[in-house]
Amino acid sequence: MSNPTTGPHTTGPHTAGRRLIDLLPHIVLIVGVLIFAFPIYVTLIGSTWDAATIGRGNLPMIPGGEALNNYGHAWSESHTERAMYTPVRIMMMNSVIMALSIAVGKIAISILSAYAVAFFRFPLRMVFFWMIFITLMLPVEVRIIPTYKVVADLGMIDTYAGLSIPLIASATATLLFRQFFLTIPDELVEAAKIDGAGPVRFFFDILLPLSKTNIAALFVILFIYGWNQYLWPLLVTNSADMETIVIGITKMIGTGEAANDWNLIMATTVLAMLPPVAVVIFMQRWFIKGLVDSEK
Amino acid sequence: MATVEIKNVRKSYGPVEAIKGIDIAVQDGEFLVLLGPSGCGKSTLLRMVAGLESITGGQVVIGGRVVNDLDPKDRDIAMVFQNYALYPHMSVFDNMAYGLKIRGVPKPEIETRVAKAAEILELGRFLTRRPSQLSGGQRQRVAMGRAIVREPAAFLFDEPLSNLDAKLRTQMRIEIKRLQDRLGITSLYVTHDQVEAMTLADRILVMNHGVAEQIGTPLEVYQRPASLFVAGFIGSPPMNVLDGVIDASGQGVVMPGGALLPLPRPRPDDANRPVKLGIRPEHLTISDGLAASPILVELVEALGADTVVYGRLPDGESLLIRMAGLPSCTEGDQLSVAPQPGALHLFDAAHGRRLAD
Ligand SMILES: Nc1ncnc2c1ncn2[C@@H]1O[C@H](COP(=O)(O)OP(=O)(O)OP(=O)(O)O)[C@@H](O)[C@H]1O
Ligand SMILES: [Mg+2]
Repeated sequence: MSNPTTGPHTTGPHTAGRRLIDLLPHIVLIVGVLIFAFPIYVTLIGSTWDAATIGRGNLPMIPGGEALNNYGHAWSESHTERAMYTPVRIMMMNSVIMALSIAVGKIAISILSAYAVAFFRFPLRMVFFWMIFITLMLPVEVRIIPTYKVVADLGMIDTYAGLSIPLIASATATLLFRQFFLTIPDELVEAAKIDGAGPVRFFFDILLPLSKTNIAALFVILFIYGWNQYLWPLLVTNSADMETIVIGITKMIGTGEAANDWNLIMATTVLAMLPPVAVVIFMQRWFIKGLVDSEK
Repeated sequence: MATVEIKNVRKSYGPVEAIKGIDIAVQDGEFLVLLGPSGCGKSTLLRMVAGLESITGGQVVIGGRVVNDLDPKDRDIAMVFQNYALYPHMSVFDNMAYGLKIRGVPKPEIETRVAKAAEILELGRFLTRRPSQLSGGQRQRVAMGRAIVREPAAFLFDEPLSNLDAKLRTQMRIEIKRLQDRLGITSLYVTHDQVEAMTLADRILVMNHGVAEQIGTPLEVYQRPASLFVAGFIGSPPMNVLDGVIDASGQGVVMPGGALLPLPRPRPDDANRPVKLGIRPEHLTISDGLAASPILVELVEALGADTVVYGRLPDGESLLIRMAGLPSCTEGDQLSVAPQPGALHLFDAAHGRRLAD
């Protein structure tokens, strides 16, 4: 916002009109935020009341007193009088392990393959590049049956490896890194060669530090991608011990046989939002750092 | 410190021959400038010495060792690039220290070497800064520091001053000169700026289309250009080149307008031979007599310290004259000019090589 004492908007004949134009974007933004935030607010409030209050259908808009009880229950108990659940602490761990493996694995593999494609001349280089590129056109769902078959035959059902490895290959991230690597001037690579850095040293001493902000951005995107996986975990996990939190929430809702424990569902949902939010907040510091000492 | 010998070195990119066989031996501690127009192959030659470009034919020998098949890191050279090529994420200190760290130089020694280089280049205050926090000139000094700390057998420079503004370029040129006098390291320096070449070089290698047109000291190259190309490339404003014919007696050369210029030595063997006649603008003076030609003044440029006159000979050829001091004529004047005695350059009319003096 412009400074009210020196800004050009406060003087001149159009002051009132100008004000409105200044305010309009804010109004739009505020309305937008309210629309987006309202369901989350309802979830937060819901997680602080007891099941009966929510079940009656008129949820108050102010917090109730059951928060500790609900969150404690959702976190560690495996059943209520109505149904059996996997405790959030187990599902949370499963989800974190899966999302981290996917994010870290995707970044590691794609940065290495981009390094190969961008910096080395080897036979069939462009063939490999186009093969990577073409896999972009095949979403996970298309190859899910054969993938399932492979994972099952390898005995990876109900394992973390089975949950994450099939999702790790990533053409998108490879392309992103390749594009970034192509912007690195040839002279920088040559200067490193003359300084005596071999391919491995160049990668770790120069390329990796320069890719920091790209890695941070991709990590956020990929962590959330992994966290939100639904179809694949549903297929490869059978035991309750391997359930991810996204699967857990959907299983808690509506088998139809009993009323839903809405208070626990909402507490679980709120807990499920925390790790992605934490990742965004933590990584944001890296973005800003990268932006502030903008390096070339 | 070492000699750098380039022996019949060639480079082809597919069917295109970029370097067509160049021979030169750079002495220990010598400063060799590679000078030539854009695209003549200066960078290519330098990069072959550095090991950044493969060598199609011939040999590069550094310090008595054939380095054709060695990696850049094993050639004991350091290079300074036009766009500095500093590591953006490292401090000035780390930029200079990186090559030493990789080579396993002990830490205390790295520190003394970097401190010494920083002192020579007046970079002491900037050691903790990132390259992005430095000016262009300071960045170029860091790039030079990175080369100095390595204490290599040879420095290679590829147009290191081209990204700087005119004033800074002059300043850095003097610094490089001083650095070279102080360190005495064999250097190969690519530029297309003839002032840089004339002021820095012990010897200049003038290149054109991948061949060496001439190798010589700056004064040799200026005073006795080996070809019309060198004659036209060195010197500003450029040398006048006119068609002439050596007279029947071999005593003089006849200009297009009929003026007879005496030759420094008689050439009876070349009687009636058509030649290209080179006269530097600064060697023409206003005078009368047999050797003088009338010109019409078309344009007068007063540069302060001297004046450039654009004149036209009666047969329509243009002639540049450079005179000391302020202008003494104006556009439209008729002047009579003649070259100073002994200031003629004769070139073969067909292939442009200098005729033996
Ligand atoms: N990778 C390449 N493939 C094909 N031709 C090339 C390649 N690199 C350079 N050339 C050609 O080789 C010739 C010499 O190039 P070089 O870069 O050495 O010129 P230069 O003298 O350094 O010019 P400048 O002053 O513009 O830097 C040019 O004609 C160029 O087109
Ligand atoms: Mg060049």
